[in-house]
Order: sequence, then C-alpha cells, then structure tokens
Amino acid sequence: MTLPPMQETVILLVGLVGVLTTASIVAGILSWRAPKPLPSTLVNLTQRINAWWVMVVAITVAFFFGRTGMTILFALISFAALREFVTLTHSRRSDHWVLLGMFAIIIPYQYWLVWTAWYGLFTIFIPVYCFLLMPAITALNGDTERFLERVSAQQWAVMISVYCVSHVPALLTLNVPGFEGRNLLLIAFLIITVQGSDVFQYIFGKLFGRNLLSPSVSPSKTWEGLVGGLVASSLLGALLSFLTPFSPLAAAGVAFVACLMGFLGGLVASAIKRDQGVKDWGHLIEGHGGMMDRADSLVFAAPVFFHIVRYFWT
Amino acid sequence: MPKLHLRANTFTLLQTVTSVGLSAMAWVVTGVRPIWNGSQPSERQRIYFANHASHGDFILLSACLSEKVRARTHAVAAAEYWGKSRLRRFIAEDMLSSVLIHRQWTDETQNPISIMLSVLDDGHSLILFPEGTRNTTEADLLPFRSGLYNLSMARPDVELIPCWIENMSRVLPKGQFLPVPLLCRVVFGPPVAIAPGEERRTFLERARQTLLSLDPRPDRDD
Repeated sequence: MTLPPMQETVILLVGLVGVLTTASIVAGILSWRAPKPLPSTLVNLTQRINAWWVMVVAITVAFFFGRTGMTILFALISFAALREFVTLTHSRRSDHWVLLGMFAIIIPYQYWLVWTAWYGLFTIFIPVYCFLLMPAITALNGDTERFLERVSAQQWAVMISVYCVSHVPALLTLNVPGFEGRNLLLIAFLIITVQGSDVFQYIFGKLFGRNLLSPSVSPSKTWEGLVGGLVASSLLGALLSFLTPFSPLAAAGVAFVACLMGFLGGLVASAIKRDQGVKDWGHLIEGHGGMMDRADSLVFAAPVFFHIVRYFWT
Repeated sequence: MPKLHLRANTFTLLQTVTSVGLSAMAWVVTGVRPIWNGSQPSERQRIYFANHASHGDFILLSACLSEKVRARTHAVAAAEYWGKSRLRRFIAEDMLSSVLIHRQWTDETQNPISIMLSVLDDGHSLILFPEGTRNTTEADLLPFRSGLYNLSMARPDVELIPCWIENMSRVLPKGQFLPVPLLCRVVFGPPVAIAPGEERRTFLERARQTLLSLDPRPDRDD
C-alpha cells in the first residue's frame, strides 16, 4: 500500500478544508441575510458546496487507501457515469447482454488492469477489443434497427465513462524518476486544477461574461469565463507545483492544457445533453445533477494529462 | 374464501428482510428516486396503479414508499404465473407479501375483485397494474382492464394514485433475470376519482391518460 506523503497531504487538506469552510460560511451568511424563501441560485450554491464536502471526504478516504482505494473509487465513478450515459442514449431489448457486459465485464476488467499496472492492455482493451467485439455481438443478435446509432452510443459510453475516467487512477502506475511513492499527489493536482478551473470559469463568466462562446451548445459558456478560468487555474497550477515533479512554469503549462481539455469536455457534454433534450445527466448529486455533470471536464483532461506526464516525465 | 396470509399489520421477519434488501438493491442498480408530482407521501389507504413492463416494477415502486407504508401495501400479481410452483408462490406470498389473483376464474372463491376488496377492507393499500400483463409492445401503455373501476366503485374512499415507472423495461426486460443498471424514477401523479355518473370506459381511459401524462421523458422521435 502506497501511503500519501504526509507533509504535502496535510498542506492540501488544510487548504481544501479552509477553502470549503470559507465557502460554507459565506453561503451561510448570504442565506441568512437573503429574503425568504431563498432565491434558487443561493439554494443551488449551498447544495454545490455541500456536495463538494462529500467529494473531498470521499477522495480523502480513498487517498489513504492508496492505489486500491483510488482504483475502487474511480471504478464506482465509472459505474455511476456509465449508468447515466446508457440511460440517456437509445437502446433496444436485444442490447441487454451487451449493456450488461459493459457493467459486469468492462468496468471490472479495465480497473483490474489499472490495479495490476498492465499498461499495454490497459491502453488497448477498450479502444481495440471492446470496440470490435461489442458491435460484433450486437450484429450476432440480429437486430439491425438503428444499428450504427446504438453501437456508436455504446462505444461512446465505455470510452467516456470507463476508458477516460480510468486514466485518473492509472496515474499511480507511472514511474517518474525522483518522484517515487508520491504519485497520489498527481491525482490531487489534476483534480484540483481541473475542478478549480470549472469554478473559476463559472465565477469569471458570472462577473464579466459578455460574449457567448457557442450559443447553440451552451447558454452559460462565455469567452470571458474561459480566458479568466484558464489564467486563474494556470496560476493555481504553478502555485501547486510543490505537489508535482514539474517546475512552476511547467506546472502552469500542464494545468493550462488539462483545463483547456476540461473545458472542451464540458462543451462536448453540453452538446450531447442538448442533442438528447435534457439539462442534467442524472440526479445523483443534489444540486449538481449527475456524476457526469461534475466529471465531464475530468473525463477529457485525464487521458491527456496522463500522456503528457508519461511522455515528458517518465 | 381462501385464507390470505397478509392480514397482519406488520411484515414477518422474512418480509422485512426481503423488502429492505430489495429496496437497497433497487437503489444500487437504478438510483431510484420518487418524484411526487400532484400527490404527497401519505399513510392513508391508496391504490397505486402503474405501468407494467418488468418484474422489477413493483420492487421499484415499493422502494419509493416508506417502510411503514410498505408493510401495509401489497402488489396484486397473477396467480397463473406466481402460483405455478411452490417456489414462486413462496416468493410471491411469503417473501413479497403480494396478493395473487386469477385472471381467468370460474370458482366464486377466486373472484379477483372480492379478494382485492378483502385486502382493502383490512385497511391495507394495493399496487395494481391495470394493463393486466407486462407490456412488451412498442406502445407506451396498453388499454386498462376494468379492475381499477370496479374497486373504486366499491370503495370510493380509497385514493387512486397514478405512478409512472420510468425505464424499468430497459433495466429488466421480460424474459431476463439479470438487471442492467440504468437510472429510474417513479412519478406519483394527482389522485384520480370516478366522476358522478362517469362511464366505465371513459373513466378507464381518463385514468390511463393521466398515467401517460406523467412520463417525464422529453418528446423524442423514438
């Protein structure tokens, strides 16, 4: 079991608890002074902060169980995300066994590959084997009604909710020289910068947002929010470089790329939701919609972050 | 009249364990969430009527009720299916505390309406699937059988609550025994009552339309 390095973990936890406590106190004061019944933005803000507390606790607990804890936590996140994805897309009764296999075989096997650090198969199991075998099973079932649509939705579902998500715990399998035993901090760095970027984009968008970035996809994403969010999260990345094997400048660069990918993930997720005619992916987290509503940016950022670290630092 | 073994006001230990276990499982698999849209959770006597496509329907619906309400609420199931073997009868009656009725009956002791009324007269609530069978067609909802009308004529004080069960036909289609995890919701609508002088067919169609209108899916072409 790899225990997280103590000193950095304590600094991180104190920082996170400090930020969330401040947020809770501010939301509490705002709610106390606001007219009753509370405006929905304020209710939503409080729900979001409470959900953050839950997430920080869950990740911290997993943190202390090292690779096993992280692998199990992200397998569960994949489960929730996949369930939302499949619920939203079209399937037919004949897809039953393929859908079942996605939950009962693909998730456990992909995370087993993470846990055993079998990099070779980890990177190709879903994009090669599942990619080819899933449509083959569907074809063998003989139901050709909207075949390509159903098969593509299944591919997307496993790529997004299992393959991409599994790159977060896979960070623990990388051997960065001089950074041995500290890989958990890479996960902390990735999650804090990418989720932080979401919050910064939201704040900058609310404060300065004028020009919509893609009105046909999302009514809330603005250029001002994007630029402000990326600059702020790159600075945050530089600030957190003590967690990583990166220099402050490189940390800012890596955070920038990860957060840009995160932004694109949010945009793609919005496009899918719009296409399917829903506002949220699900109802798992009070105030946050579903798991995918929170994880969409992480989903796009994780594989790219993983490969940047693997290419330049191992 | 055959003696029903669900007269007790509380569950047996086996029924409690089953009901808690199944509700927990329903939550793990489907994240089931009740949406009270026109009615509120209540301990008053009710007939919950719902669309039916899967064995999981009744589990999902009961998972949305409180433990106390659940102990006094019984699903109505077909004796032709659930009474077929001793194992099935044990599951249906001793574990799930359902009420078995015969869709085809000859003997007056098998009259489904009297059996269901006797449960209502004990102060218990019912879960009824008025389509009469699991719907495997492309249609959202089959025409209703007349049971709902007959029960409400006989016991007008009992509230009829429409409950739209979402997605369960995809989770556990007819003929499958392993569920696929998908998100499900149960929408509880406003109570339906027979209007003075309302015809049986008119009422049944109105109840059916009320149930259909609860479907929260956005309009899509599929």
